[in-house]
Amino acid sequence: MEFKATREAYGKALVELGKIDNRVVVLDADLSGSTKSKEFQKQFPNRFFNMGIAEANMAGVAAGMALSGLKPYASSFAVFITGRAFEIVRQSICYQNLHVVLCGSHSGISVGEDGGSHQAIADISLMRSLPNMKVIVPADYNETYLAVLESINMEGPVYIRTSRAKSPVFIRKDRFELGKADILKEGKGVTVVACGMMVNLALEAAKLLEEEGIDAEVINASSVKPIDRDTIVKSAKKTGGVVTVEEHTIIGGLGSAVSEVLTDEYPVRALKIGIEDVFGESGSKDDLFCKFGFTKEAIAKRIKEFVNG
Amino acid sequence: MEDFAELERIAKEIRKDVLIMLNKAKSGHSGGSLSVVDVLVALYFGGIMNYDPKNPAWEDRDRLVLSKGHACPTLYATLAKAGFFERDLLWTLRKLGSPLQGHPDAKKLPGIDASTGSLGNGITQAVGMALAARVLKKRYKVFCIMGDGELQEGITWEAFMAASHYKLSNLIVIVDFNGLQIDGRVMDIMNISPLKEKFEAFGFRTYEIGGHVYKNLIDTLTTAKRNVVSPTAVIARTVKGYGVSFMANRVEYHGVPPTDQELERALKELDNGV
Ligand SMILES: Cc1ncc(C[n+]2csc(CCOP(=O)(O)OP(=O)(O)O)c2C)c(N)n1
Ligand SMILES: [Mg+2]
Repeated sequence: MEFKATREAYGKALVELGKIDNRVVVLDADLSGSTKSKEFQKQFPNRFFNMGIAEANMAGVAAGMALSGLKPYASSFAVFITGRAFEIVRQSICYQNLHVVLCGSHSGISVGEDGGSHQAIADISLMRSLPNMKVIVPADYNETYLAVLESINMEGPVYIRTSRAKSPVFIRKDRFELGKADILKEGKGVTVVACGMMVNLALEAAKLLEEEGIDAEVINASSVKPIDRDTIVKSAKKTGGVVTVEEHTIIGGLGSAVSEVLTDEYPVRALKIGIEDVFGESGSKDDLFCKFGFTKEAIAKRIKEFVNG
Repeated sequence: MEDFAELERIAKEIRKDVLIMLNKAKSGHSGGSLSVVDVLVALYFGGIMNYDPKNPAWEDRDRLVLSKGHACPTLYATLAKAGFFERDLLWTLRKLGSPLQGHPDAKKLPGIDASTGSLGNGITQAVGMALAARVLKKRYKVFCIMGDGELQEGITWEAFMAASHYKLSNLIVIVDFNGLQIDGRVMDIMNISPLKEKFEAFGFRTYEIGGHVYKNLIDTLTTAKRNVVSPTAVIARTVKGYGVSFMANRVEYHGVPPTDQELERALKELDNGV
């Protein structure tokens, strides 16, 4: 299996967008090598703006550019672009429903050694809570590439979450569709909804569960907002139980989004697997994934307990 | 004439410890850690700061806020040398469970006065500490070390405005002016000059000195401590990666550790005083 970081796809797709639309402009805040927006800078230096270490101003400048007919893409680490810049994103971008695409790289605890200050664990909650904002958490490199390409056709603000760490490339499709979840494995025993790097882990956990006689349905909900209500409800009706898996706090993220749908339309038993209301910390990605229960074995165990419990 | 040889000896040991720490951690920030060594050595070993390693929470201690938190390997090595904890702990940097987090965590490590890492967040806490001294009638000083790129964050200027408005003469800001950030030179990415004039316009008594020259550092910081009318800014002209020839003034070494080979070469250079 091939391994690539989703942030790499952001840089590659930006270059494509730059070619097809000369109103695309790219902004970064002194992290262009890390977010990969530098790839765009290399091709289109005149449409790239490094705003320095000033994420709040970057967000406001992007809003002004959108008000003037440009199509701005602004990136930084997820923790800064959704945190330091939050109020600007709310007032200047979302309140005016401007088509600005924000990309937060280095999301979740897979950031690793930099530690808790740099690990965005609530960025999905923050962005999801804002009216007009769309939230996309692609499952791998391929899907990130497609989502970034598609983002130019979306309306209003968009948040795309990418990761620092390399992860398996396994999604095969032609196009990213906002608001649509993909059933990657059909099953009748339990529904598992995941996003980001957790999708592949959920698939691997489902394989382990199969050996134990548990037939899990695995859904990739990369479009966290808008979420695919139909697919989730249909699956819940079939299986009678829903587990969510996300590299993010269980408060306000994918788990909450799915719970909201189920509460509204078809209440069933549910379990949220994620970060349990604590900050991240330093360590290698693998050590942290073990500690926080993001291994196929740990996920399979929790799903099994849920099914049997 | 004071003898700065002892400080230089300590600095060399700290540089070596920092490089070994980063190499063992296999990640971290070499350039900005090396540029700030002499500032920290002057503060902790040059008779500038009041502290008690056996009582890190001592209420009357001077405070140190490393607003450019990514340079924490140097602060950790300095604290170990000052006796806050065992030197062996240094080799756990950035590993799971270590109190030596990738960015300073005040909850985890005694001697860290504020958690930092998100640039701009240190200076605002330093202003709070300086104001608190006034409320609590304490005589401690607050030293805040900042990066030059960090000064691009708008929040830093909000903090400076407040420091000057409240005449926080117990606040001493030291800028590690190494001219580089991550994506390139500060003057190319987002120019902050003229910096001295900016600080002065914000009401700071401002000095511009060589940041690797102990006489400059000690004299200026001693004078700054006596200032009773306004906050002080010390713009310390430094070299990112100072002390290791192949890292010096090289932007590529901002966020990477030395490889085994590079470490060997760097330690040799430091020993031979290249
Ligand atoms: C708010 C925020 N944005 C971005 C970063 C990522 N970052 C870490 S260090 C750095 C560059 C810092 O440059 P400078 O302040 O000049 O520090 P130095 O040169 O001393 O390393 C950046 C952008 C951060 N830590 N915090
Ligand atoms: Mg600098």
